[in-house]
Amino acid sequence: MTEKTIEIRIHGRGGQGSVTAAELLAVAAFEDGWYCQAFPMFGVERRGAPVFAFTRMRKHPIKLRSQIYEPDYVIVQDATLTDVVDVAAGTNAGSLIIINSEKEPGQFNLGAECRVVTVDATKIAMDIIGRPIVNTTLLGAFAGLTGEIDLGCIKNAVKARFSGKIGEVNAEAVQKAFEMAGCGS
Amino acid sequence: MDRENMSVVDGAYAVAHAVNVCKPDVVAAYPITPQTNIVEHISQFIADGEMDDVSINVESEHSAMSLLVGASSVGARAYSATASQGLVLMSEVLFNVSGMRLPIVVTVVNRAMSAPLSIWNDQQDSISQRDTGWIQLYAEDVQEAADMTAQAFKIAENSNVLLPVMVCMDGFILSHVYEPVVLLEDDLIDEFLPGYSPLAVLDPDNPKTFGAFADPGAYTEFRYLQEVAMKNAIPVIEDAADEFKEVFGRYQGGLIDEYMAEDAEIMIIAMGSVVGTIKEVIPELRAKGVSVGIIKIRSFRPFPAEAIRKAVASAKVIVTLDKNISIGLGEGALFTETKSVIYNSSIRTPVIGFMLGHGGRDIPKARIEQIVMEAGEVMKRGITVESRYADLKEELL
Repeated sequence: MTEKTIEIRIHGRGGQGSVTAAELLAVAAFEDGWYCQAFPMFGVERRGAPVFAFTRMRKHPIKLRSQIYEPDYVIVQDATLTDVVDVAAGTNAGSLIIINSEKEPGQFNLGAECRVVTVDATKIAMDIIGRPIVNTTLLGAFAGLTGEIDLGCIKNAVKARFSGKIGEVNAEAVQKAFEMAGCGS
Repeated sequence: MDRENMSVVDGAYAVAHAVNVCKPDVVAAYPITPQTNIVEHISQFIADGEMDDVSINVESEHSAMSLLVGASSVGARAYSATASQGLVLMSEVLFNVSGMRLPIVVTVVNRAMSAPLSIWNDQQDSISQRDTGWIQLYAEDVQEAADMTAQAFKIAENSNVLLPVMVCMDGFILSHVYEPVVLLEDDLIDEFLPGYSPLAVLDPDNPKTFGAFADPGAYTEFRYLQEVAMKNAIPVIEDAADEFKEVFGRYQGGLIDEYMAEDAEIMIIAMGSVVGTIKEVIPELRAKGVSVGIIKIRSFRPFPAEAIRKAVASAKVIVTLDKNISIGLGEGALFTETKSVIYNSSIRTPVIGFMLGHGGRDIPKARIEQIVMEAGEVMKRGITVESRYADLKEELL
């Protein structure tokens, strides 16, 4: 029970696929040998409204059913959320916040003790997928920055969820973000 | 658990898949709020040709259950899923189903009752229907909800039982979570769950009547026989869990399940998904020297009186957790029932009750720790407050 549980909180706006991202992380984590759990911050979903989703992973089965209060990792899909939501809530010095932004991390004043990294996932997604949907792209950045989940497992999860060409380009965006995040860290 | 056979899916999918494996003849549902993803997945299976076209969309939950009464009366294996207001709209027909001894299975995705409008989880919906004469089983996790579905048909259709079953799973917490589960094995189901062979069916060639008029000279005996059937269900529920283990290799408990309960001085009694959180808190408290364990209630109806009396033997204080309240009594159902089965026995262990997690309020580990600590105080000083909310926000009152 003292065994480490990794907890991830994903912030987004309704319609950005935050819940899908949490689910894909869980699927990828399981393939990579973890037990996992993904769940939305149950609420009334409206397009554009701030939403959260959670992923929990551990080497042994997870029975815990509470929400995540002290995330090890926070993924922020939309940088404008940092003005309206405390994306650093519950983080500690060892946490990592990944923000989708073209800005430098120092331009965000989150009041966080932990490391903040920015990834221009929107640019990657526009270049490769052709749409500003960054949920899959950010999972590549997550893999590159944290090393917690194998890149191949994330790409497999993405390709299993989105068939054909859409799956291919999403996996390509994952790869690109992985490489960029890995170099930048 | 063997990882090789597991898939990471959402709870509603795992249950819908289990329903398909159990080969129902008729599924009836009202396909909009407060419906669940379960019937959406079933519709998808049918559209994809993975399931026979057994689903019928109706205009309300009352109609859904009424349609299943007809289907089950002619010998069909019948299923539906619902939640909160939907279950309560079925209520009138629920009594007919149990009175006619129809082994219908319904998944109740537990959600709070309005008003105020809430889409979130608690168990007020199914608890409000406890006297409808349905067997009520509660699942701790997605695997149990799926496996319990197969057990439910087997229990319901047992000729000594012939009662409908609600399989209750916490809304959102279990219905919307993605987690690894072994999807119910299609190749093993026939060994566990044969086709339904009804004792009696509506048949024009052999006319009978179901649920007919019973005057004061006979009504009591029909009701008594329902109670007898509930009693008969007690060993049948245990056997179904044991047989399921033999065939599928998974076991989540019979009427109850115990975890670190054998020697526990502080004995928690709870049901549903909160049990999982409690099972993570218990070893941590044990490591600090707190003697605590849990009795998980799987079967709320029939209520496992004997099993509870046996399981609380070591307890110096019993603490119940309820995601429901009987307003006017100020107690949750597990608290009231637990006291009722203990009082006339020789057990004199104090029982305290906490209500929590209503309307989707999250239950963090710290809440469970606080409850256990308060229970520890009762061991030392006796009961000060019998029953209260554990997570009331005084500042909002």
